[in-house]
Amino acid sequence: MLEVKNATYTVEEEGETTTILRDINLTLEDGKFYVITGPNGGGKSSLAKIIMGIYPVTSGKILFNGKDITTSDVTERARMGIGFAFQQPPRFKGITVGELLYLSAGESKRGRGCNFLFDVGLCPKSYIDREVSSSLSGGELKRIEIATLMNRKLDIAIFDEPEAGIDLWSFSKLTETFRRMHERSKTTIVIISHQERIMEMADEIILVADGQIQQKGDKDIILPNIYRDCNYTKNCLERIENVDR
Amino acid sequence: MIDSIEKRMLKEITGLHDIPQGAFSLRKDGESAQVSSTANIEIRPKKDKPGIDVIVKPGTKGESVHVPVVITATGIDDMVYNTFDIGENADVVIVAGCGIHNPGGEKTQHDGIHNFIVRKGARLRYVEKHYGEGEGTGERILNPMTDLIIEEGATAELEMVQIRGVDSTKRDTQAKVYKNAHLVITERLLTHGKQFAESNVTVELLGENSTVQLLSRTVAQDNSRQVFYPRVIGKNKCRGHVECDSIIMGEAVVRSIPEIAAHHEDAQLVHEAAIGKIAGEQIIKLMTLGLSAREAEETILQGFLK
Ligand SMILES: Nc1ncnc2c1ncn2[C@@H]1O[C@H](COP(=O)(O)OP(=O)(O)O)[C@@H](O)[C@H]1O
Ligand SMILES: [Mg+2]
Repeated sequence: MLEVKNATYTVEEEGETTTILRDINLTLEDGKFYVITGPNGGGKSSLAKIIMGIYPVTSGKILFNGKDITTSDVTERARMGIGFAFQQPPRFKGITVGELLYLSAGESKRGRGCNFLFDVGLCPKSYIDREVSSSLSGGELKRIEIATLMNRKLDIAIFDEPEAGIDLWSFSKLTETFRRMHERSKTTIVIISHQERIMEMADEIILVADGQIQQKGDKDIILPNIYRDCNYTKNCLERIENVDR
Repeated sequence: MIDSIEKRMLKEITGLHDIPQGAFSLRKDGESAQVSSTANIEIRPKKDKPGIDVIVKPGTKGESVHVPVVITATGIDDMVYNTFDIGENADVVIVAGCGIHNPGGEKTQHDGIHNFIVRKGARLRYVEKHYGEGEGTGERILNPMTDLIIEEGATAELEMVQIRGVDSTKRDTQAKVYKNAHLVITERLLTHGKQFAESNVTVELLGENSTVQLLSRTVAQDNSRQVFYPRVIGKNKCRGHVECDSIIMGEAVVRSIPEIAAHHEDAQLVHEAAIGKIAGEQIIKLMTLGLSAREAEETILQGFLK
């Protein structure tokens, strides 16, 4: 079980303090499937990153199976069984897909990593020796990123917008993979997503906007709210329009 | 006979565990120590100056030549002239390399002047590894000069590697590439401490459909300095690509000055140069896979220099 207690995350820029996340209280129970959704810039990725330890909390606590991990670094949290797939994964010149999967598997075998490439819609044979560099397209990189998590033995796996940049065909395969992962393993799955098909798979939905958790609860209760909630939709549209302009 | 230090140096620069079968020349502490030829590859000491001629018969396929230089004494100043003549349609691998183990306080230096002629239709792969070690405070210096002529339809691939250990190096490489001929030069370099490395490469694309790729990946750590000056001159319908990519760390200084010059309408030349530190996200990504920050950095550098 992972608990975030009264967490706040602020950043200082040119003497100004911006609050990215405020008063976050969140409990993620073992083996459940969560989807975090909400408008762009709402704080979803930041929330995932404070759980992974990539961002430090400014105040508050993070507990993992009852243990206070607030000051544990990324490596320690990874070794405890927390995993995170980046929204925008970095590229590595000279490191191959196979090597990255090998690193991600830790103690376990390399061979398994290759199977996970199938699950994200990539043919292992044609990818295993390719560099994780700019020679890969955005969608390919995203899928490899997802495979690096599938490859690990995790208590909590957080995927940040895994569907972004991925074609429809691979997307079907991917949702199927998440479903199977949920059925077959005890891993707590957290997916940041806007996709109806992914939200429909969730046990619970967490709506994050303006740096706060706005709603959290059973999918069947929250989803209709989200679809109906004109504030959220309107907000969303306004934001998108603002971006377009 | 070679001793254990020499064996280790030999392994570092050539990957060999001992003196190999086949064409071989070992230069030790400024003198020729051992030379052996084969039916197709003749190695003979030069008469007028230090060094060897390596003559590969036309059509020789799948053979390799090892020509390592090992220095294990302090205060040596060695200058050597080697000529490589790769016969028409031959296909060979030459493994060179220089290892300096400087045990004392004086500087030890090796300057190699290499001339290559890769004749019509031949293929050459040339691997040169620099390696330095030694408990002494004396400097380890290597200044290779390489001159290549790549004839019609021939291909040369040069791989130059220097990872740590050499205090100062200045490398000058010149090549003329003729019709339908191809040249690829890959450089891998890591400097640290107060080391200095400079590499000047000038390639003239003289023949129709000649090509060149100059690829360097380097890492500069601590207070070390690196300077690169790759130049490609296109004088015919040709293609040239220069790519210099450096990771900078600590207080190091890297200068990268690629130059492309076209003297022909159908010359297609591109250069790219990039210098930057390791991206924070790269380290964090590897940490999310359970590596420590140090392991992550080491993994990134190893991959980059592979
Ligand atoms: N390190 C940072 N420095 C400054 N602003 C940040 C930083 N990280 C995130 N933000 C800002 O915080 C807000 C939330 O970002 P993010 O968590 O990425 O949102 P989401 O994932 O929901 O789109 C955005 O306005 C973003 O610009
Ligand atoms: Mg995000």
